[in-house]
Amino acid sequence: MSSRDTILQRLRNRSGGELRAPACDFSVLKRPDWSTAEKLGLFQKTIESVHAEVHRTTEMDWIEKLIELMAARGVQSLLASNGTEVGHRVTQAAAARDDFPEVRVYDKAIEQWQEELFSTVDVGITSTRGGIAETGTLILWPSSDEPRLMSLVPPIHVAVLYASELYSTFHEAMQKQNWRNGMPTNALLVSGPSKTADIEQTLAYGVHGPKELIVLVIE
Amino acid sequence: MSDHAHASAHHIDVKEFHPRAQAAIHNPKIRQNFRKAMDGLMTKRKSAFEGWDLETLRDLGSNIRMRALANLPDLLEQLEAKLTENGIKVHWAVDADEACKIVRDICVARDAKSVIKGKSMVSEEMELNHYLQEHGIDALESDLGEYIVQLAEETPSHIIMPAIHKNTDEISQLLHDKTGTDLSHDVEYLTASARLQLREKFRNADVGVSGVNFAVAETGTLCLVENEGNGRMTTTVPPCHIAVTGIEKVVPNLEDVTGLLALLTRSATGQHITTYFNMISGPRKPDELDGPEEVHVVLVDNGRSSIFQDDELLDTLKCIRCGACMNHCPVYTRVGGHTYGTTYPGPIGKILMPHLIGLDEGRHLPSASSLCGACGEVCPVKIPIPDLLVRLRQESVDGDKLHPAKVRGHGAKRNSLEAMVWKGWSFMHAKPGLYRMGTGMAAKFHKLQPGNLGAWTKYRTAPKLAPKTLHQRMKERNT
Repeated sequence: MSSRDTILQRLRNRSGGELRAPACDFSVLKRPDWSTAEKLGLFQKTIESVHAEVHRTTEMDWIEKLIELMAARGVQSLLASNGTEVGHRVTQAAAARDDFPEVRVYDKAIEQWQEELFSTVDVGITSTRGGIAETGTLILWPSSDEPRLMSLVPPIHVAVLYASELYSTFHEAMQKQNWRNGMPTNALLVSGPSKTADIEQTLAYGVHGPKELIVLVIE
Repeated sequence: MSDHAHASAHHIDVKEFHPRAQAAIHNPKIRQNFRKAMDGLMTKRKSAFEGWDLETLRDLGSNIRMRALANLPDLLEQLEAKLTENGIKVHWAVDADEACKIVRDICVARDAKSVIKGKSMVSEEMELNHYLQEHGIDALESDLGEYIVQLAEETPSHIIMPAIHKNTDEISQLLHDKTGTDLSHDVEYLTASARLQLREKFRNADVGVSGVNFAVAETGTLCLVENEGNGRMTTTVPPCHIAVTGIEKVVPNLEDVTGLLALLTRSATGQHITTYFNMISGPRKPDELDGPEEVHVVLVDNGRSSIFQDDELLDTLKCIRCGACMNHCPVYTRVGGHTYGTTYPGPIGKILMPHLIGLDEGRHLPSASSLCGACGEVCPVKIPIPDLLVRLRQESVDGDKLHPAKVRGHGAKRNSLEAMVWKGWSFMHAKPGLYRMGTGMAAKFHKLQPGNLGAWTKYRTAPKLAPKTLHQRMKERNT
């Protein structure tokens, strides 16, 4: 008999009695109907408490804000998407202005430029699929337009979040976006920069992923 | 069956619990490191649940886990079907050896020489690193704590914070000796050095091996909870990802992970959520530019289906591996994680490991507890750990006829003299005349009672027999 059948048979022929599946009431996870302003306030407070930086801006101005933040950090190169609205805005701005860092687009398979990505890119900028107020969380669904490593390998991750796409809880986000009817190959909740407390419970940032997480909130 | 026995030579003998406990209690460094860490974790957990209806939330956690276990075989089949549909290859392993072989076979088929690992307690249970090493494949831990523990050639002393037994001094010295970093108290510097060393390894690894926190049957999704990003690296950068998981980790619905995640991170480290919650539902699609081209899942039984047989012991399988029971355990805090000599230390280890290694090998585990009940009170999925400890104690002495023992290696602590005394005791208590005569004699000769009762009186004063029995006193009062 295969191991699969051995295991399943042992589970099916259990010696104890029939198991009863209890009902699950998820209402304990529910939060009040917060307004967008309340959700944004809570989101900002929570994600800032874990070392992320939040800047409130607008559809018009966020590129300016980005340039300012990049200049302050002396950023040389920035990785943008080839297919998202956020990516287009960045590449347009880079073409039009000379105070913009060098922009790379993620347009070929990782195998063809792995070393470059790991050693030369300072910032990855991505869009988000909304955020979660309660836990100060960004929702990312990487795709062919916005590959998985964009938000992981560069030392700084900049994420663009629309305040109108904030949900109160993870449960609410998942229900409203109907995740169960189709998950991407990789879905992510990101709540702050990479960190560890494995050395004597002392927090250190940027252990494997980005050292800095900057959220541009568009109101 | 086993070409790498699990009580292998490099393994410490679980039965030597007492000498190790004595040594740990007399080691101030161990006691300071654990006391400090556990105090911190307890405080953080408490504040993370502020404003929550914690009892209702724990009920939800318990119900989610119980609902999953109630349909376990069906859910595993559903999970397998969904994962397969998503392009993930599913393997089943009856025990740790088979699971190790499966991982090795995948590596061999890809001609893989190096494996990078995310944190996985199941792989610790399998002793996967050791196995792969023996078969010429390098396995490197990438979670910082696990990396430190691996460099030190030790095992994790805590399931969430593997290197909690070491302080900064010790870690600095270790990294200096093994990797050539400068001696430093600067945790940022030490962490940054590890980042550099490991980034190279991520880039060049042939295979990434990770654990799984929850496996969702309805969508075929593997969920990983982490802070460092090494889990994301492990599951994204190498061309092949192998996830190993116990068969009990499956849940029916995607919704279930919201309840369990809310409990897991708050119970474990007092975080509202971890930095990353990584949900993987398939390998790289043809149009995608990164991610592994191959994803495998190894569903590991390794004793779990035995635990599943018994209605009471079944609760053990609800565990979501948060570590809150050890953080709150007065015994764990004093003796530290290595004293147990088992993959899973602390209260959860005491009720889980006897099934994995047998009650003969793990005979001291259920007794290494004061039954204070803290573990049961903080368990996010309401596992009645103290009750299960009592049950395993009964099993270890073969209990009585009403409750036949069934755990492998049961009866290992049964002592025929002790059994005879208890038999006499129960015989006497069933016969009123005999009982009155016995207690009357004891009262009469109470002055002859020895003050030294061996181990019992080493740290306590002996209880004293009363000069008169209760029956005698009641009789006097009523006449």
